Amino acid sequence: MMQVTGLHATGLARLATLQDEPPAAMPGGPADPILVVDHLTMRFGGLTAVGDVSFKVGRGDITALIGPNGAGKTTVFNCITGFYKPTEGMIRLRQEGGETYLLERLPGHDVNRLARVARTFQNIRLFPQMTVLENLLVAMHKPLMRASAFSLAGILGLPGYRRAQEEAIAKAAAWIARIGLTHRADEPAGDLPYGDQRRLEIARAMCTEPVLLCLDEPAAGLNPRESADLNTLLRLIRDEFGTSVLLIEHDMSVVMQISDRIVVLDYGIKIADGTPDAIRNDTRVIAAYLGVDDEEVAAVEAEVGLTGTSA
Amino acid sequence: MVQGSTIGRATPTVAARATSALPEMIKDAALFALVTLGLSIPVVAYRTDLGQGTGLGLTGRWGLVAGLCAAVFVLRLAQRLVLGEVSRRRDARTLAQAESTAPARLARPGRIIGPLTLGVALTLPLLAALGSGGLSEGRYWIDLGILILTYVMLGWGLNIVVGLAGLLDLGYVAFYAVGAYSYALLSTVFGLSFWVCLPLAGLFAAGFGVLLGFPVLRLRGDYLAIVTLAFGEIIRLVLINWVDFSGGSAGLSSIPRASFFGIPFTAGEGGFASVFGLAFNPMHRVVFLYYLILVLALVTNLVTLRMRRLPLGRAWEALREDEIACRSLGIDTTITKLSAFALGAMFAGFAGSFFAVRQGFVSPESFNFLESAIILAIVVLGGMGSQLGVAVAAIAMVGAPELLRNLGFLKAVFGEGFDPNEYRLLLFGLAMVAMMVWRPRGLISERTPSVRLGARAR
Repeated sequence: MMQVTGLHATGLARLATLQDEPPAAMPGGPADPILVVDHLTMRFGGLTAVGDVSFKVGRGDITALIGPNGAGKTTVFNCITGFYKPTEGMIRLRQEGGETYLLERLPGHDVNRLARVARTFQNIRLFPQMTVLENLLVAMHKPLMRASAFSLAGILGLPGYRRAQEEAIAKAAAWIARIGLTHRADEPAGDLPYGDQRRLEIARAMCTEPVLLCLDEPAAGLNPRESADLNTLLRLIRDEFGTSVLLIEHDMSVVMQISDRIVVLDYGIKIADGTPDAIRNDTRVIAAYLGVDDEEVAAVEAEVGLTGTSA
Repeated sequence: MVQGSTIGRATPTVAARATSALPEMIKDAALFALVTLGLSIPVVAYRTDLGQGTGLGLTGRWGLVAGLCAAVFVLRLAQRLVLGEVSRRRDARTLAQAESTAPARLARPGRIIGPLTLGVALTLPLLAALGSGGLSEGRYWIDLGILILTYVMLGWGLNIVVGLAGLLDLGYVAFYAVGAYSYALLSTVFGLSFWVCLPLAGLFAAGFGVLLGFPVLRLRGDYLAIVTLAFGEIIRLVLINWVDFSGGSAGLSSIPRASFFGIPFTAGEGGFASVFGLAFNPMHRVVFLYYLILVLALVTNLVTLRMRRLPLGRAWEALREDEIACRSLGIDTTITKLSAFALGAMFAGFAGSFFAVRQGFVSPESFNFLESAIILAIVVLGGMGSQLGVAVAAIAMVGAPELLRNLGFLKAVFGEGFDPNEYRLLLFGLAMVAMMVWRPRGLISERTPSVRLGARAR
């Protein structure tokens, strides 16, 4: 595992030949997928950012989406969360009750409101001038809006709305306590340290009660201690709330420790999909990250002290 | 001794900094004086006078030039010294604040100014009557109060759109016009009373708000400002050119005056005075109008304050902060934006119909771009999103020019020909520049959280 952490190099040259090969056939995948991405293609003009990517996210799993810079990970995320409309392909989300949503057809905000997919952003997007508590209350817009009868009951201060608001605040307070920010709950979110902002953004996404939580590089810019805290938080989200997690991450100490399954993209194409152990020893992944010819992979493995399978 | 030595150590460093900066400041001021000299040679140095003959004679005014340069030098020097001192103090204060509990102190001015302003507003007719020795004599003050309150209400209405939702609207006066013309037309054509027309005017204006909102949903910032500016002009031009409908630039006159819930303010039998057993006084109507706009403005304020605590109001603020994050949290940005436009426009509509009932006459003249600019300036000066700031800014923006009219003592200083009113816009501009230098985020830039966890726990 440690060796792969060392391979976290990003700007290295990669194999050109990999583009031309068809994606390797992956056996099965998770038995009960919450999200099925089917032949997803996203083109921007002449550029194919994502080409025919298919993968599944298991219910109750933490699935990591990794790959070198520019591999199309964030594009896949934006397609799943409704910010891009994919050029081709289908993204199917099946909730526990059996309701199925085709995410690529929903308008942007309905991906969260109806399909209950929440996300965070690579560059944190909090509401910086609003307080920590307010940030979380904004995330509970849907239930509060219903309780306030589109503001009418709220303006009149009817008891039904007050009760809903109290519940929302209690729920927010619980999340604030979970991320350890109770003492700063009334401060503007923009004043928090970077690591706290990251965790607040995750808590805010969780306040929308998602079935699938998509995290775009949650460990970026965190120190090792904060990364460890993040691991704990993500496990808590999976185990206690039963929320499935899909995350993009470069920090291999996070990816390898908490992922149940890893999907690897390179040049917009899926090159591997499997358990952390399988990915760690996958020659294509090593090649993609290190940038060597297939013939040299064995030599490189030896060099980094990896004794797995060879090409 | 030990203490003395510490102080002794600290003082020289400050003094040294000041002395080292002084030559630099003088050099800077000299440069300013030089630029003034260069500018004043072509502009000030010679005056053309009619000579004895037919030609023009040049009169040298080098003394004035020298005076100007000296004044600029001194002013610049003073400015540098003052600004240096201010920033030093601010640094010291921020350091102190970081250590002590800052929020408590910051919240205090609002706690005093707010109730004070409200108290004055509620008793203004009484104060005016007592202050000037009679209700009729106090009319000027009550009229001024009505004018200010109209702008306070418009400022609060626009504050929803600009301050809370962050949508820069340069055509807000259009909704004001819609409200005014709604009342003018409904009352003259259909004979509806003010109390029926008021909600209708609000609804019409809100409708226009949604109408404007739809095409500009995707726009932000500069682009949004331009489209709303155009919208304001379109409404005004339609009112000017659709003569059959709106009377063109002649406007609509003989709009029914306000009545006290159906009882007219007339001298005769059945009028307000006789019903209530009072001596007839035309001021009754003015006082009634004053309280009417006060109530309307307070309703605007109340609704805005309530909305801020509601999910929709929080969504507005979230929208101002980050639209993409809003979408990812399942907030329908379309509805959120349109509701902000509609609610803001509705209050402008109420204010507009009040304007019509007060004036008894409306014309497109009253709804030009300058009005929008003034209302926007009130919101920006007051501090985006701050209700009290907007009220204070409205008083300053509308009341201060009126105050200038009354500064008779300036004549004693500058000579008999001096009319302070002519310098109104100049002073206005200076005040704006000063504001932007010292309080770039408005008079009251502190944002009060809509809900607190700390207060609950305690």
